[in-house]
Amino acid sequence: MPPHPETWLRVTPSGLFCEPGGFYIDPQRGVDRAVVTHGHSDHARPGHTHVLATAETLAVMRERMGEDRAGVTQQPLGYGQVLDINGVRLWLRPAGHVLGSAQVCLEWQGSRVVVSGDYKRRPDPTCAPFEPERCDVFVTEATFALPVFIHPPADHEIARLLRSVELFPERTHVIGCYALGKAQRLIALLRQAGWDAPIPLHGALMRICRLYEELGVPLGELVPATVQGKQKLAGAIVLAPPSAIADRWARRLDDPLPCLASGWMQVRQRAKQGGVELPMVISDHADWPELLATCAEVEAGEVWVTHGREEALIHALGLRGVRGRALHLVGLGEEEEDE
Amino acid sequence: MSVSAFAELLERLTFTPGRLGKLALMQNWFATQGDPDRGIGLAALAGELVFRTAKPALLRDLIAQRTDPTLFALSYDYVGDLAETIALLWPPDAGSNLPPLSLTEVVETLETAPKAELPQILTSWLNSLDAGSRLALIKLVTGGLRVGASARLAKTALAEWAKVDVGEIEEVWHGVAPPYRSLFAWLEGQGPRPDPNGAPVFRPLMLAHPLEARDLAALNAPDWRAEWKWDGIRVQLTAGPGGARLWSRSGEDISGGFPEILDAMTFHGVADGELLVLRDGEVAPFADLQQRLNRKVVTAKMLREFPAAVRLYDLLFDGEEDLRALPFDERRARLEAWYAREHPQRMDLSPLIPFTSMAELAEIRAGTRAASIEGLMLKRGDSPYTPGRIRGPWWKWKRDPLSIDAVLMYAQRGHGRRSSFYSDYTFGLWRGEELVPVGKAYSGYSDVELLWLDKWIRNHTINRFGPVREVERGLVLEVAFDAAQYSTRHKSGVALRFPRISRLRRDKPVEEADRLETLEALIESRIAVPAEDTPSE
Repeated sequence: MPPHPETWLRVTPSGLFCEPGGFYIDPQRGVDRAVVTHGHSDHARPGHTHVLATAETLAVMRERMGEDRAGVTQQPLGYGQVLDINGVRLWLRPAGHVLGSAQVCLEWQGSRVVVSGDYKRRPDPTCAPFEPERCDVFVTEATFALPVFIHPPADHEIARLLRSVELFPERTHVIGCYALGKAQRLIALLRQAGWDAPIPLHGALMRICRLYEELGVPLGELVPATVQGKQKLAGAIVLAPPSAIADRWARRLDDPLPCLASGWMQVRQRAKQGGVELPMVISDHADWPELLATCAEVEAGEVWVTHGREEALIHALGLRGVRGRALHLVGLGEEEEDE
Repeated sequence: MSVSAFAELLERLTFTPGRLGKLALMQNWFATQGDPDRGIGLAALAGELVFRTAKPALLRDLIAQRTDPTLFALSYDYVGDLAETIALLWPPDAGSNLPPLSLTEVVETLETAPKAELPQILTSWLNSLDAGSRLALIKLVTGGLRVGASARLAKTALAEWAKVDVGEIEEVWHGVAPPYRSLFAWLEGQGPRPDPNGAPVFRPLMLAHPLEARDLAALNAPDWRAEWKWDGIRVQLTAGPGGARLWSRSGEDISGGFPEILDAMTFHGVADGELLVLRDGEVAPFADLQQRLNRKVVTAKMLREFPAAVRLYDLLFDGEEDLRALPFDERRARLEAWYAREHPQRMDLSPLIPFTSMAELAEIRAGTRAASIEGLMLKRGDSPYTPGRIRGPWWKWKRDPLSIDAVLMYAQRGHGRRSSFYSDYTFGLWRGEELVPVGKAYSGYSDVELLWLDKWIRNHTINRFGPVREVERGLVLEVAFDAAQYSTRHKSGVALRFPRISRLRRDKPVEEADRLETLEALIESRIAVPAEDTPSE
């Protein structure tokens, strides 16, 4: 009888700890050995001694926190390559969340756990698609774990945006979006929809976009929004962090029409806060049906929920005969409150 | 055209704060949709579509049959709005391959379907739609779109699209019905002007410009008539064989909120006047009238405690006779004769103020300090009744504003173009050692002052409550206002009329800002409702 994962994968104040392997997954404070699922700052913290992640995630960490804080040693691991760490078999599978995002698959004495990190199941031209892996315990996020969250197809939302640009050609559509992942996916979706114009960017988005291009994700012509004249920005689609679209930064735009691309935009009251005029439901997380389908697909008898709206998900899994457990991991989901 | 196009229109209207943006969206609807959908959309926006058969309870039953109660409760708790929760939670039917549902089909079906078939019809529609369209459908069938667009705004958009005056649309509005084929045909030059057939019609009002010093100098006293400028709301009363209506200044039908006025409209004609709360002939503070505004139904208690009346000052139609081309003096004579003849209940005449020189009138104005009077109205004796705000024939001559030096306490961001600025200010006065908020202002300052205020607020924030910032007690604002009135609804006990920021007093230490007693001394009418009678909202 293989050992129950509870006996070898524990919740500690620093995060999930694999005892026989001696490493943490997405630890919230500096540790000796960290496995990092992806580069968002609530998962990739600075100050670890050894960091194991995909080459892309390591590159993102170096870009965002600087060489010296992104781990004393960095060990890249490709998807599907298997390591043996003190008898724990470890490999990575694509999570489809952002470039380089990975699920951490662990097997010890015949007992298998998949720590998915954040993930989505929709096509994303900027990263590898999610690959389900059978396991005994599936560790999932629950950011959008309410049945009201059913994300529409992203190309519908892009089409609404383009219709709005047509209807208000004298205004500047400025889309609030998260700097890592969402911004690049939006640009790629716009390019797919035929939007060939240069895309002006807020300074905070430029570095990660350049990094994506260096890592082989083409994004077309990108220009800094700040050096454009107001007139030149009329009719443009500009990308900026969510905090900037209705604040002082946006004053340099000509009659800006604030848009926000986030899964939270599904709910109007939430969308109405902050002066958004065009909410766009585009999410890099699994929606409700996808969370349930993924839990079923990996055939796990038990699902652990790291962060988000665990109550609804655990209830729904219970109705399907799957045991759910809330891990209440502190710190996760913080950076992505606005995705 | 499908329900989904209409859903997109509603969604954009909901999130577009500016009037111009909303007008553009509605015009685009009229320009791109065909008959009959464009007319059904218009009817929905104008609040003219009412289906009595579909009630929220029915939808609640339908969703209960399809969802786990725990998941429904968690979802409703998170979303907060029943219609939206249902729209989002409805399990989509992947196998549904019905053709896109059209607005016309929805309306025609709902008008004819027997009540017993409604659950099944709604179910099949909801199955075939996406979440946004489900929300639009639910709002459509239960009434109440709540997209921040009034009937008047919809008509204005239609007028701008058709390049006619909105008054022309108002004139024929009650001669047309959804889906307004005859109206669109007429506007496109394809058909005759629809006949309103005696139904009550709103006539756009004649409005006055504020009088400035340079205009005053040019006025020759014998040409002018003066009236008090009452502190109520401007209304138009339309009554005849086709029915009676009470309209607000912008043409909203507010009849439902004032049944006692409607009952008194037994005459045939169109009159112009001021809606007030009157107790024993005394005009109550504006806050009392506010209790009566924006209500669909009125309780007997409201009618008793806040009795409404109309003070008349013009007559536009006497029976079917249009008086609008007549000079003011003739209309006034007709108004007085008409009043003597009809003597409608709950109405009186706004008196003309006798004067012989502009200097005398200026003195009268300086002496007006009753809370119910905002100043004077000046009307040329020979002025016809011309809709709109035309410079020259009518002036409003408000009394000089009062002012206080108050301390900035809280700031909130504005809307639309001002959404990046802290532009709404709550200010307070000293009562003992504490500051008591006395009002809120969001105008009066220059662009330069707004920039400075925004920066000051960001640098002096001590607390945040959602969109509101509490600031250090460190800035004195000179606040101008038209009147101070006694109020039981405000913590300070005082309500200000039209407060605005007149000056930033960066030089003044906050300890030297005014005290609440100073403001209380400016209250002119002590008539107020005792606290226990204040209706709960």
